[in-house]
Amino acid sequence: MNELKLIVDGKRLDGRRPEDMRPIVARAGILKKAGGSGYFSFGSTSAIAGVYGPNPVYPRFKEEQEKAILRVIYSMAPFSTTTRVRPGISRRGTEISLVIKKAFESVLFLEEFPKTMIEIYVEILEANASTRCAAINAVSLALADAGIPMRDLIASCSVGKIDGQIAIDIAGKEDENGEVDIPVAYYPRKDFVTLLQMDGIMSKEDFKKAVAMAIDGCKKIHAEQKNALRSKYTEMDLNDVTAGL
Amino acid sequence: MEENVKEEMREVKTHVETEEDKIKRIKEYEEHARTRRLVLPGEEVGTGRAGSGTYIDRGKIVSKVVGLADSKNGVHFVIPLNGVYNPKKGDGVIGVITDINISRWTVDISSPYPASLSLSEAVEEYVDLTKNDLTKYFNYGDIIFAKISSVTKSKKIDLSMRDKRCRKLYGGRIVKITPSKVPRVIGKNGSMVELIKKKTGCQIVIGQNGLIWVRGDKKELAIEAILKIEEYAHAVGLTNKIEELLSTETKEKIESFENKTENVKFAGE
Repeated sequence: MNELKLIVDGKRLDGRRPEDMRPIVARAGILKKAGGSGYFSFGSTSAIAGVYGPNPVYPRFKEEQEKAILRVIYSMAPFSTTTRVRPGISRRGTEISLVIKKAFESVLFLEEFPKTMIEIYVEILEANASTRCAAINAVSLALADAGIPMRDLIASCSVGKIDGQIAIDIAGKEDENGEVDIPVAYYPRKDFVTLLQMDGIMSKEDFKKAVAMAIDGCKKIHAEQKNALRSKYTEMDLNDVTAGL
Repeated sequence: MEENVKEEMREVKTHVETEEDKIKRIKEYEEHARTRRLVLPGEEVGTGRAGSGTYIDRGKIVSKVVGLADSKNGVHFVIPLNGVYNPKKGDGVIGVITDINISRWTVDISSPYPASLSLSEAVEEYVDLTKNDLTKYFNYGDIIFAKISSVTKSKKIDLSMRDKRCRKLYGGRIVKITPSKVPRVIGKNGSMVELIKKKTGCQIVIGQNGLIWVRGDKKELAIEAILKIEEYAHAVGLTNKIEELLSTETKEKIESFENKTENVKFAGE
C-alpha cells in the first residue's frame, strides 16, 4: 500500500493548516420537549444532546443518598457513517458514555439534588472523527440550558500527529491514517483537564505540545459555547409577543 | 421566594392603586430590571457575599447557572432561567394526588421528590379510619393547593392544608412553567397576574412550583399570556406588551363576535 500524504505544502487534505479547526456550529435549546438541549458540530461531525431531570432514580438500588447520579447514553445514528451502524448498546458506546460521565462529574453540583438521577442522551448525527469531543460539547450546552448547577462549561477538542506533525481537530482520513489521536476535555475556570485519552505513540515533548494545542482549541470552543447560550436569549425580540395581532 | 408569597397575598390591595402610581411602579421595576445582566456558568458576578445560584471560587463569586445576575444589600445572586423546582418550607404549591396510603396522601408537586400530606394536616374533623375511606376527601388525580410545612435534609416533604389559601381546585386547567419564572408571572405586588385576571376574567392560582391553575371562559387567552411571559421572562418592558396582547385579543374577539352576529342578521334578511 502506498503511503497517503496527509500534509502537502503545510496544508492538510481539507485545506486546513495544522493549527486550524474545522468550522464550528453551536446551538442551545433546540429541542422543545427536553429539559435542556444542545447541538454542536465540527465540520461534518455533529452531535445533538438532550438532558432530563433531576428525576427519581430508576432502578432504585442505584440511588445515592447524598448526591444525584448521572446517566449518560451515547449512541450513533444508523446513518452517521459510510457503513450502517447497528443501533443500540455497543462496547464503544458504553466506553464513550463512561468517559463523558467522568468528564462532567467534577463540574456539576450533584450534591444539590440527593436521591435523583440526571439523564443525558447524546446522539451522533454524522460522524467524521472526534465524535466524543462533539458529544461533550453538546452535552455541556444541554446541561447549562437545562439549568443544572455547574461550575463551568466543559469544552473539548482533539489533537493528533499526522505525517510527523502535530495537528488540531483530526478529521476523516487523518483519523484512519494518522499516528496519534488525543481527545481532550478542558475545564477552563480551574485550568483542569477532565478527559484525556490517547492511542498511538509519541515523545514526551510532542505530547506536551499537543496537549497545549488542544487546550488552546478548547478555549476557542468555550467562547463559541458561551455565544450559543447567550444568543438563545439575546436574539429574542419582544415585539414578537404581539406580532401575530 | 418567601417574598413572592407575600407579594401574592398582597395582590388584593392593588385594586385601590391609581393609574399614575401603577405606571410609576412599573417604570421603577423595569429600571431595576434593566441593570440585570445575563450570566453563564463559570462567569464572575462580583465580590462580596454569595447568594443563591452562585458559588465562591478563589474569593470571586461565580454563577453556576444560566440566569440573570442581581444584587441586594451586597449579596450577589443569580435568578436561573431554567431548572426544576427545589422545595422550600413555606412555599405554596399546586399538586396532584398520586397515591393514597393508610392515613396520608402522596402528592406529585412536579419536583424530583414526591410530597406527603397527612390526614390530620388536611382535615379538621375527627376521621374514623375504620369506617371512612380517604377518597372521600381527596381522590386519585385531584388537584390541591397546599403549603410545604417541612423539608428534611433527605428531602422528605410534608404538606399542610392549614392555611386559608389552601384548598382543592375543581375544574379549570393546569399550565406548567419554569419555577424560577413564577415571580415574573406574579409581577411586582401581583401586577402581572392581576392584569391577566382583569383582562380575561379568569380565576388564577399560582404555585411556587411552577404549576398554574386557570379557570374561566377565556382560559386559553390567559394561558397564552402566561406562556408568553415565561418565554420572554428575561426581557425588559414585558408588562406593557402583555397588556397590549390581552387588550387586542379581547377587543378582536368582541369585534369578530359582533361581525358574526351582524352577518347572521344579514343572512336572515
